[in-house]
Amino acid sequence: MMKLSKYVLYDILRNKIVIAYTIFLFVISMSLFRMEDNNGKAMLSLLNILLIVVPLISMIFATIHYYNSYEFIELMLSQPMSRTKILLSEYTGVALSLVTAFLIGVGIPVVFFSLDATGLAMIFAGCALTLVFTSIAFWASVKAKDKARGIGFALLLWFYFSLIYDGLIVLILFSFSDYPLEKLTLVLSALNPVDLGRIFIMLKMDVSALMGYTGALYQDFFGSFSGMLFTTGIMLLWAVLPLYAAVRTFRKKDL
Amino acid sequence: MIRIEHINKRFKRLNALVDVSAQFEKGQVVSLIGPNGSGKTTLIKCILGMVKSTSGKIFVDGQLINGDPAYREKIGYMPQIGRYPDNMKIGQLFSMMKNIRNIEDDGLDNDLIVKFNLVSLFDKPMRTLSGGTRQKVSAALAFYFHSDILILDEPTAGLDPLSSEILKEKIIAEKKRNKLILITSHILSELDELTTNVMYLQEGRVQFFKGIEALREETGELKLGKAVAQIMNAGVNTNWVDDLFHAKTEMP
Repeated sequence: MMKLSKYVLYDILRNKIVIAYTIFLFVISMSLFRMEDNNGKAMLSLLNILLIVVPLISMIFATIHYYNSYEFIELMLSQPMSRTKILLSEYTGVALSLVTAFLIGVGIPVVFFSLDATGLAMIFAGCALTLVFTSIAFWASVKAKDKARGIGFALLLWFYFSLIYDGLIVLILFSFSDYPLEKLTLVLSALNPVDLGRIFIMLKMDVSALMGYTGALYQDFFGSFSGMLFTTGIMLLWAVLPLYAAVRTFRKKDL
Repeated sequence: MIRIEHINKRFKRLNALVDVSAQFEKGQVVSLIGPNGSGKTTLIKCILGMVKSTSGKIFVDGQLINGDPAYREKIGYMPQIGRYPDNMKIGQLFSMMKNIRNIEDDGLDNDLIVKFNLVSLFDKPMRTLSGGTRQKVSAALAFYFHSDILILDEPTAGLDPLSSEILKEKIIAEKKRNKLILITSHILSELDELTTNVMYLQEGRVQFFKGIEALREETGELKLGKAVAQIMNAGVNTNWVDDLFHAKTEMP
């Protein structure tokens, strides 16, 4: 399997998009750290940019890569290679290159300027989000019949997780504000990897004090060791389940 | 070597294959012929496991195809339209395939690579190649591993006459080595010198599957095109062979 991933990685490096993504992340993080005199502020701005950019790029890149390597997949299918192996090597190649890009583009500046609990949380959450959204993108592209539908589907999912979902939560909170909703919001946040990542990092920052009673509850839960395990576990589930669904669909597909 | 038992394939509304059964043996060169959309490529893709049949069984070398990809080591496949990763160079493509199949250099068949002079193109990325050169690469790859079964989907389409002749010679050479070769083609005159058995598909059904000698005897025709045309005229209505037949007779 590593053999195949090697060729996938080679192909990805050749088309230079990942290199551009690395430079983009690096320039943004460096300039934020240089502009703000307070590293905490820079981290907050960086957080807001990353929560939009990382899922978006991961999804779009993974989807386009899948359709572009359709020929490669076809070629491998006529060889003694199992379908599971082919798809998983594609995933490994894409995920590995995107995580590396993130580690270089954001990881290095963060380690350099602000190596503390918040910094580590951000690096962890960024890598986790990359894995999760690459996996969701694979699921979307295996499910969709053609390129346009696949990319459209991926974009819709991104909109849902980044924008629509928060709107829905606010709607629920307002409609049921007479009831105690703290536990519910805790559960709801686990249903969206972007929110989970945001809460996970925010709680390491001072700003969490501004979040009021819910913030205190979050701090109590996510701040604890079991809360961290919970976050890691849910993130892992978010990465594994869509990939599993993608493999299942791919095994039955006519190519 | 390949046994097909009651294969059915449905794409949403279309019945691509209807109850196809056949047995192909070593040393045979089987020509799969039939009009466009008659299910030739679908049948080939079923054997390769790229298309999953709705019902029925396929055995390769006595082994049922059910997800274990190991049987494909015995198959060399040349697709109708060879599509390869754009950024990969020809040389890399060959070394990758070698690497994936885990075969040492002395177990490889470089014959076609040499005859098509592909070595001089080893540095060229696949995306810059013409259709014909792509076909040459596909052909060289299909024969590369000395596979016992060769599946060639319209092998000479797009090749210049000289290359097409080289490929035909290669097919004849492999036939002598007692391999099973499956060919689809629309150029029946080309199949004349190669084929030992003919399978005619139409609308997903096998119209007939006969040895070439039996076919010639039955129809009294030496040329495959004419023999097929005669059989089809006698039985089912086939405009495609009619057209082809007229086109052939009109030529001086």
